[in-house]
Amino acid sequence: MPKASRDIVVSNKLGLHARPAMQFVDVANQFKSQVMVHKGGEEPAEADGKSVMQMIILAATEGTPLKIDAQGDDAETAVNALAQLFEDKFGEGE
Amino acid sequence: MEIKKGIGVSPGVVISTAVVLDAEDLVIPKRIVPADQTQVELARFEQAITDSTAQLTVLRDQISVKYGKEIGGIFDFHIGVLRDKAILKQIAAEINTQKTTAEYAVSTVMRRYANMFLAMSDRYLSERVKDIYDIEKRVLKVLIGQKQEDLAHLTRDVVVIAHDLLPSQTAALDRLHVRGFATDVGGRTSHTAIVARAMGIPAVVGLGNLMSEVNGGDVVIIDGTRGVVIVNPDPDQLVEYREDEKKQIRMETELATLATLPAQTLDGHIVSVQANIEGPIDVDESLIRGAEGIGLYRTEFLYLTKQAEPTEEEHFQSYADTLRRLGGRPLVIRTLDLGADKYTQAQLVSPERNPFLGDRSIRMCLHDIPMFKRQLRAIMRASVLGDVRIMFPMISTLMELRQARMVLNDVMEELEDEGIPYRREIPIGMMIEVPSAALMATDFAKEVNFFSIGTNDLIQYTLAVDRTNEKVAGLFCPAHPSVLRLIRDVIRAGVRSGISVSVCGEMAGEPLYTLLLLGLGLNIFSMNGPDIPEVKKVIRSTSMEHAKLVARRVMSFDSERQVMHFLREETRKIIPEAF
Repeated sequence: MPKASRDIVVSNKLGLHARPAMQFVDVANQFKSQVMVHKGGEEPAEADGKSVMQMIILAATEGTPLKIDAQGDDAETAVNALAQLFEDKFGEGE
Repeated sequence: MEIKKGIGVSPGVVISTAVVLDAEDLVIPKRIVPADQTQVELARFEQAITDSTAQLTVLRDQISVKYGKEIGGIFDFHIGVLRDKAILKQIAAEINTQKTTAEYAVSTVMRRYANMFLAMSDRYLSERVKDIYDIEKRVLKVLIGQKQEDLAHLTRDVVVIAHDLLPSQTAALDRLHVRGFATDVGGRTSHTAIVARAMGIPAVVGLGNLMSEVNGGDVVIIDGTRGVVIVNPDPDQLVEYREDEKKQIRMETELATLATLPAQTLDGHIVSVQANIEGPIDVDESLIRGAEGIGLYRTEFLYLTKQAEPTEEEHFQSYADTLRRLGGRPLVIRTLDLGADKYTQAQLVSPERNPFLGDRSIRMCLHDIPMFKRQLRAIMRASVLGDVRIMFPMISTLMELRQARMVLNDVMEELEDEGIPYRREIPIGMMIEVPSAALMATDFAKEVNFFSIGTNDLIQYTLAVDRTNEKVAGLFCPAHPSVLRLIRDVIRAGVRSGISVSVCGEMAGEPLYTLLLLGLGLNIFSMNGPDIPEVKKVIRSTSMEHAKLVARRVMSFDSERQVMHFLREETRKIIPEAF
């Protein structure tokens, strides 16, 4: 089973709050691959990238390092699309 | 087995299985369901998620149009949570492994997440706990609504256990199969109590935390006479209570034979006993109990069941249905008497500070003429279908009465213009439930065809006691000499002007006051159907001469204790088993 992963840092001001978490999950759900998100830093945790509740419970605030892991046929495209969301700061501009 | 003591508010004994109605704004206690019910709970849960999601989608779209996509997007998160497979799986697992109700499983899992939010150090994220509570509440509301729906279409007898019953809930009940109520809160004059007495089924209220000790399907004994509820009784108690149940049925059959006999005293004085009803559904039961007509049709239930104003046609249909069932007997329709209740207050942007002295009843109607007219039109249209009489509630000044009559005249003219038939000389009456009206009864008697004394409100306004406030409810007493003097004067004013006077408050249905009211010269006793036989029994067992003596003696007392003591003694002489 193909795997892909990417390290990113949360860069939007309010962190992974409700709306970005929803966006992330919506994108993750477009792929067949399983998506896991690991949180580093002081309180490490992991979340199912397709569960909005788990994603928001990660409490990934601005500056939190995250690792996106995908496993499945479309793992590579999934990780690219998800990482792009962080680069775009979830459309929040600043 | 668990024995709980509360306040018995409607007498009788019932043994049946429990249906527990949780409340979405309270902590839901752990409730186990029988193993074969798990599939039902899972199905209820799935349906609740589908329904909640549908509600949220509509809400999101409405809010987005009104306040913009940014705000509406908040509900996207709510929808997202309800589509979150991880959460749905956890809740389903909870139902499966713990054998709990869907309500409890939803509440448990959502509270677990809520706690995680509360533990977050980021303020902004931790604030989102409110969304979690909101989602939980929505799903619970749907689940509880489903169960209410089920209570409208029962296939077997049940007793309903709840924290408190709302008018909208009791109005939708399947009256054939609901055999008793038991609630955590409430008092003698709570809504649950009134409805239970109207239905003639046992009820116990003020049980504290009964809700958390009953699971759906448990066998429960409700003893409304002693104010006791027994959950999962042991075999001995079951035997004992089955005996009680039988005795009760025997007594009821005995009282039923009274139904066809007239309400006539030993010396030939005849009065009329009538019933108070909430809608057409109560008519048959009232007639079986011996009602000679309907002395009070409370039209509020039509508003409460739908949580919206009924249309003219809906009003008309219920009046027409009622008249059909009455077969020519008189029907007094009271116009809308809402206002100070929980339902109306909750709808107001700013609740009134003093609702019982506020914009209620006829005042509310006169402030909303189009609504008032809709009901009056329906009543007038129904007036050609039977013996309809119209009654205005809460009149406190002559001006109010005249205004109400003017609106009614308008309605008649409109119907005239439209060529719709109605009865122009429809009898018009008023409730006497405010001391100002009671004191001016002689003046009012010149302008109406009948009086009906609403003792509950008359007592509340005369004694300045809110009977739903447990701390002062003890001061609420129909036997207070001030109240009795007002009642005496109203009856006197009616008799002198040649108009009929009825009492349609709870006092009319209490055998304790029958001798007194009879002796004061009351023409019509209007009460809940189940109370009719006993009151009739008192009337048929005494003479008018004796009743007058009793009344004269009562009016000489200066304290309610003396009054009650004396009335109890006198009534016991006539019917020893009454008290």
